[in-house]
Amino acid sequence: MDRAAEALARKTPLKAAHRIRGLSDKWIAWVFISPAIVLLLAINIFPLFWAIYLSFTNFRANRPNAVVESVGLRNYQRVLNDPDIWMAMQTTAHFVFWTIVLQTLIGFSLAYLIDRKFRGHAFWTTIILIPMMLSPAVVGNFWRFLYEPQIGLFAYAVSFLSGLHPSDIQMLGNTSLAPWSIIIVDTWMWTPYVMLICLAGLRSIPDYIYEAAEVDRASPWRQFWTITVPMALPFIMLAVLFRGIENFKMFDMVTLLTGGGPGSTTEVASITLKRQAFESWATGRSSAFAIVLFVAVFGLANIYVKALNKVKQR
Amino acid sequence: MSSGNTAHSVVEPSQTTKYVAGTIVIIYALITMVPLAWIFLTSIKSPPDSIAYPPRILFTPTLEGYCNLFTTRTRQTPDYIAALGAPQGTCDTVTRKRNMVIAGPSNFLPRFVNSLVIAFGSTFLAVFLGTLAAYGFSRFKVPLADDLLFFILSTRMMPPVAVAIPIYLMYRELGLSDTALGMILLYTAVNVSLAVWLLKGFIDEIPREYEEAAMIDGYTRLQAFRKVVLPQATTGIAATAIFCLIFAWNEYAFAALLTSGTAQTAPPFIPTIIGEGGQDWPAVASGTTIFLIPILLFTILLRKQLLRGITFGAVRK
Repeated sequence: MDRAAEALARKTPLKAAHRIRGLSDKWIAWVFISPAIVLLLAINIFPLFWAIYLSFTNFRANRPNAVVESVGLRNYQRVLNDPDIWMAMQTTAHFVFWTIVLQTLIGFSLAYLIDRKFRGHAFWTTIILIPMMLSPAVVGNFWRFLYEPQIGLFAYAVSFLSGLHPSDIQMLGNTSLAPWSIIIVDTWMWTPYVMLICLAGLRSIPDYIYEAAEVDRASPWRQFWTITVPMALPFIMLAVLFRGIENFKMFDMVTLLTGGGPGSTTEVASITLKRQAFESWATGRSSAFAIVLFVAVFGLANIYVKALNKVKQR
Repeated sequence: MSSGNTAHSVVEPSQTTKYVAGTIVIIYALITMVPLAWIFLTSIKSPPDSIAYPPRILFTPTLEGYCNLFTTRTRQTPDYIAALGAPQGTCDTVTRKRNMVIAGPSNFLPRFVNSLVIAFGSTFLAVFLGTLAAYGFSRFKVPLADDLLFFILSTRMMPPVAVAIPIYLMYRELGLSDTALGMILLYTAVNVSLAVWLLKGFIDEIPREYEEAAMIDGYTRLQAFRKVVLPQATTGIAATAIFCLIFAWNEYAFAALLTSGTAQTAPPFIPTIIGEGGQDWPAVASGTTIFLIPILLFTILLRKQLLRGITFGAVRK
């Protein structure tokens, strides 16, 4: 009997502890994960579904007490037939294209040079990384000052180099130059980002591949095109993906540099959306536009990721 | 970093290559720093010096910009200043030296404090919730874990302006419009996706055996998490915190659309600093400088973890 009691006394707590532990693992997983999910549901997913609902109504946020009626697909029809929106999409595409081309070219070149590991490369890399860590709005606002004809440093530098009169260098006021004023600032800010990812790509190429190419007497040019570029390509594509998504959403820098002007030459999608939503208070229509934008980004990103995975597997 | 070049490697770049590469990179770095240097120089210029043409590199530095930025005084004319009697404090002296006008009370300090409260508050929450969720995803079999993780990431693809409309309506209903709490919750939600992805990567790298050993020694799961996993994950948690902080510190779109006064942060405020004749550029530059300093320090601290943070951990270094 004593032995049995002893065994029981020894066994029961162990078993109980085991059971509690087993139960508590599931419980802990649930308790640990749910707060983050609940927060995302409340502040990201719920608003998204609300926006979908609003996109089928004639609701106006500045008249919360008016009767809300369903308008079916009319908002979507209007969005897809709105020339201003197509114009904004075109402007956005133009920005995304040029910023990606410039940032990839300059960023990759810089990464390639830094990968030569000259003396002090770590220090200079850190210096180059600074712009991407700053606030696009705050820095963009200051760039407006740099662009100012007559007083701005940029106008002075350009007139010094080109011999033009500084008052002729209207980066923000000239309809054909204004988009470029934004592309320049965006490139200044985000080239380091592309550079950093490219650098990781270059560092991931094992030395022995180059050594083998060296033994085969492949010229440096050939090594560059047959080893360096293809092996760094997945990384370059990743950088392009992240920059593409970010620049599709571009808002802060444009707002502060040009506000969409002159005319509507720099009016990107986010700016049009903000005007419709917070200035015209066409909540239903702007929600439809927001959904169209989201579907476009999401769809393009998914197609792109498939292509990226193909390149990775090669 | 993969196997670095060794001294005897055949692919070690030649001395000339290194020299040329170094020169080009240094020139690029210097050009890239010009706008930042100009922000600092403008912040210590007087308003006339700041808009002089050609742009002045040599000038007498003054704290006028900083004084205008922080002043809580009402607008002052030179006559009024003269009538005040003996100068009190640095700003008074600076003002009198040039017999100038203070533009009027500035809201910079409360806006800067808002930035601090909202950025640190949301960072703390995001890292706290992110650490728990990341541990959950890393150590337990969660049903549909991959789908949940992708869902968490996809919340970042929405343009802020697009979700701002329903959030605006929701906040109006809940009384969270233009409150620090509302902004903290919003930024926490945006940051938590990054935090979960980053921290899951860091926690995945801590061997499970450590916890198992601790649990055999009689620790419960929670004790093992607190006393074994958390200390090991400190570096990762710190790096994640800094990324969340940088986002919340720099964010503009939500802040501009959802706050109008009491909860406004510095990014939408700084561009609105207006002086006597339009934008008071030295004051704007002073505000910008003060606002950028913490981030400059973080960049230097963070340079090694930078890559993981900006790629959601998709690239390991």
